[in-house]
Amino acid sequence: MDILITGLLLGGTYALIAVGLNLQYGMVRIMNLANGELIVIGGFAAFWFQTAASVSPLLTVFLVAPVAFALNWLIYTVMLRPLVKRAKSRGQLEVDAILTTFGLSFVAVGVMLAVFGGDYFSYSYLARPVELLGATFGLNRIMAFLGAVVICGALYLWLNHSRPGLSIRAIAVAPQSARLVGIDVQKLSALAFALGGAVTAVGGGLISMFLTLDASTGVMFTLKALIIVIMGGVGDMRGTIVAALALGVLESFVASVLDPGLTLAAAYLLFLLVLLFRPQGLFGRGQA
Amino acid sequence: MDRRRLFKLAATTALATTLAAGAALAQEAVKIGAVGPKTGGLAGGAAVSFWPNVQLWAHDVNARGGLNIGGEMRPVEIIEYDDQTNPGETIKAVQRLATQDEADFILAPYSTGLNLAAAPIFDRFGYPMVTHTAISDQIVELSQRFPNMYFTLGGATGLAGGVVEVLTKMRDAGQIGNKVAMVNVADAFGIELAEVARPAFAEAGFEIVYDTSYPLGTQDLSPIVKGAAAAEPDAFVAWSYPPDTFGLTEQAMIEGLDVKAFYTAVATSFPAYAGRFGAAANGVLGAGGVAATSASFQEYAARHEQVTGAKPDFWASGMVYSSFQILEQAIEAVGSLDKEAVSAYIAENDFETVMGTISWDENNNNAAYWTVGQWMDGVFNGVASTGREGAIEPVAKTGWE
Amino acid sequence: MKRDAWQDLALGAVLLAVAACLPWFGGSYWLSIGVTIAMYTVLATSWALFSGPTHYISLATAAFFGIGTYTTGLGIDHLPYWVLLPIAGVLGAVLAGLVGLATLRLSGVYFVIFTLGLAELVRQIITWVQNFSGQKGLYVLTDITEADIYWQLLGLAGLVFLGGWAIGRSRLGFALRIIGDDETVARHSGINTARAKVILFMVPGAVAAIAGAILAPRYVYIEPLLAFTPMLSFQVVIMALLGGTGRLWGPLVGVIPFTFLWEAISASFPNQTTLLLGLCFLLIVYLLPKGFVGLIESVRRWARNREGYA
Repeated sequence: MDILITGLLLGGTYALIAVGLNLQYGMVRIMNLANGELIVIGGFAAFWFQTAASVSPLLTVFLVAPVAFALNWLIYTVMLRPLVKRAKSRGQLEVDAILTTFGLSFVAVGVMLAVFGGDYFSYSYLARPVELLGATFGLNRIMAFLGAVVICGALYLWLNHSRPGLSIRAIAVAPQSARLVGIDVQKLSALAFALGGAVTAVGGGLISMFLTLDASTGVMFTLKALIIVIMGGVGDMRGTIVAALALGVLESFVASVLDPGLTLAAAYLLFLLVLLFRPQGLFGRGQA
Repeated sequence: MDRRRLFKLAATTALATTLAAGAALAQEAVKIGAVGPKTGGLAGGAAVSFWPNVQLWAHDVNARGGLNIGGEMRPVEIIEYDDQTNPGETIKAVQRLATQDEADFILAPYSTGLNLAAAPIFDRFGYPMVTHTAISDQIVELSQRFPNMYFTLGGATGLAGGVVEVLTKMRDAGQIGNKVAMVNVADAFGIELAEVARPAFAEAGFEIVYDTSYPLGTQDLSPIVKGAAAAEPDAFVAWSYPPDTFGLTEQAMIEGLDVKAFYTAVATSFPAYAGRFGAAANGVLGAGGVAATSASFQEYAARHEQVTGAKPDFWASGMVYSSFQILEQAIEAVGSLDKEAVSAYIAENDFETVMGTISWDENNNNAAYWTVGQWMDGVFNGVASTGREGAIEPVAKTGWE
Repeated sequence: MKRDAWQDLALGAVLLAVAACLPWFGGSYWLSIGVTIAMYTVLATSWALFSGPTHYISLATAAFFGIGTYTTGLGIDHLPYWVLLPIAGVLGAVLAGLVGLATLRLSGVYFVIFTLGLAELVRQIITWVQNFSGQKGLYVLTDITEADIYWQLLGLAGLVFLGGWAIGRSRLGFALRIIGDDETVARHSGINTARAKVILFMVPGAVAAIAGAILAPRYVYIEPLLAFTPMLSFQVVIMALLGGTGRLWGPLVGVIPFTFLWEAISASFPNQTTLLLGLCFLLIVYLLPKGFVGLIESVRRWARNREGYA
């Protein structure tokens, strides 16, 4: 039970890391390799407001979200839309997107170094024990998990019950046909990309409550997020959430029962196995 | 006067003017190379311990008018390169410093791996290499192969031995029992220390009740701390790296791992550690330490904060600065930029630094180094060393309040 | 064999011979640049041999490279150095073969992420095993000089080009081109697509492992984080794509300018290295979408057209 809760809490963290990427990659086909840097930026904002002005990270995220949204909207319309227009095929777009966002991640690291240096930034917030079913857990992890639940729930409802959400899903499935039925593909793609960015940055703000970050750590989060998104199935919100939770539970199970040294190896093994036996991901549709 | 002579005259005048102006303004700068990570995996550590000291040292030397080279005061000019925590880049950067920039001296790079990657090049060009952050148990072999390489920060055996020594002392004082929970980060450094510590603990009569490793970059350390807590140890020892040093401590607070001796390795001595945990850090043991009350260190720490805007850490920072001081003193004593002479001088002499006196054994190794420190009221003072002065008695940790 | 084929070979041999003279003329700084260029040429060219025709983007270079470095790191005290290189090559090829068998039916981005995960998996397993063997960071202390390493890499580059040239002319190369154009067509025309791809994937696997084994003595100290850095995989992809994968010499024309660009930026802007590299990256993607090969060919076409009109 203890293991399960620990794993679910960790899964919540992973969901925060990966849900935004799922929107960006799944819906708009931009495999955003700068995902991790965005997380670090969100984390830094939370750190700065907490240490300089004693503003709770839980409040900071409401500031981070619109800023990150605007920033990502800009990135999409200025930098990525020309690539979408230029691309002759989906494959071509994916390659271009990988290269562009990889460059972008370098730029982001460079800017962060220039702005706030290479030092670790870490602070203590809500590092209090909470008793849950006879075991103790960090309050900050529980808050982050609740944040993940709220974000994922809201996104899920939005994608399945709102008009823009449904249109975005239509674009993900069939961009050409979506255009035919009068969906403004360009605008909604930008919306989905920006929303994904906002979610990622908020996730970064939340996880900075218990993880120590520095300007160069982004790439580790990018790797994890990619794995979760692919494992869950591209473009499916449920898949990403299930994959994140499964990964969290697996890692804490391996750490508690087998050997903590094998957690990451087990995670990659699970990922490889999923790909081998269900190459389209847990919830993904077969590829066209 | 024909055209040619006019030109010659003009040229001579110009040359003379330049020379005069040069002598009046400043002597030609001594070029010093500095290579270290500004990005990549080790950038966080280098931003605390390495780069601010490069800045501080250049500032200090130039503030006094420069290096005294045979009676001439010459300022130092630092040429910095980012090696991106990539040994291939370190090699290229040192090559570039040696051959393109024609640096007079090069400061040793940051971390064990990057120092060793650069060692053959320092050796080939005859640069003295006073390392400050290379931790190795292969010093004998390395110093034979690279005779200009000097070691200051110690080796795994000493660091692990220090912890065993401190815990033994605390057990003999009746503060703790003999059950130790030990974890290590599964990386070269963590593995090496755990490997050395295991038999040392056994020999000292300790029982290791929990012994495991975790991968670098583990995002949730709670299963490890829970596992350790379940073994009901008297002491908790983690051979950890920066992000997990913070993570393990926070998790221990949450789990209420109430041991009387709590040790985490690298980055425990960082000011950010006390900054994050405040009073809860009191009594935490960590790798390194300094004679924090010594006048030389306090004066250095104040200057460090004033010039760079950040506090130094209580271990590597001082050693990084000291290694620069050693180079500085050797250059001034030799009175020239002759690399061979400077290196020979380093080998044969002791040096007064902010960390106290540094002297070498037959392997160019500073045999007396700090091994364990302990936080107390915002200061991380050394509690064990292999022969340094200024250690204080370790105290038992009293909870996480 | 046609005459221009022999010309190609002869030209390649001459260029290689010229490149081999660098250690006597260039000085140690240029030699270290030469090693970097040779290393990335080997890695990017062998990468493009597989990824060019199949359009599969592999991010496993670091996995194979790391295995090679570890082969040298672990074996150097027990076996003669020259034996280690083929061992590394065989290990790399076997791993690539296994991965290929398991994954080549994955397409597109799944393959990309799988290969990325592979490098991490191998790194994690090696680190974990080290816990038990008590192996720490490995010291590779040898008398191998930078020039030796350079020549070995050049030799390997020669082999890669020769191999690529031969494959391009063989049935395998033909089959791969068809697969790249349309896999379904290839399958219908009786080509064993899976076998062709697996065999070809073993080439970059083996080459990257040998390159890692050759470079281990240069790094002196081997640890997992440095040997398996994911950056390496990305750099290889970027350089190959910058050059262009359609031609055997494509990656080479990407590697050389990129290395100099990287070097110029690192040397001139130590505090903004990452930022500027990122910006250059973006410029390349936007201004050179088809790589240098595309640029060179459009310039050629342009020149030819001008001639025609003149």
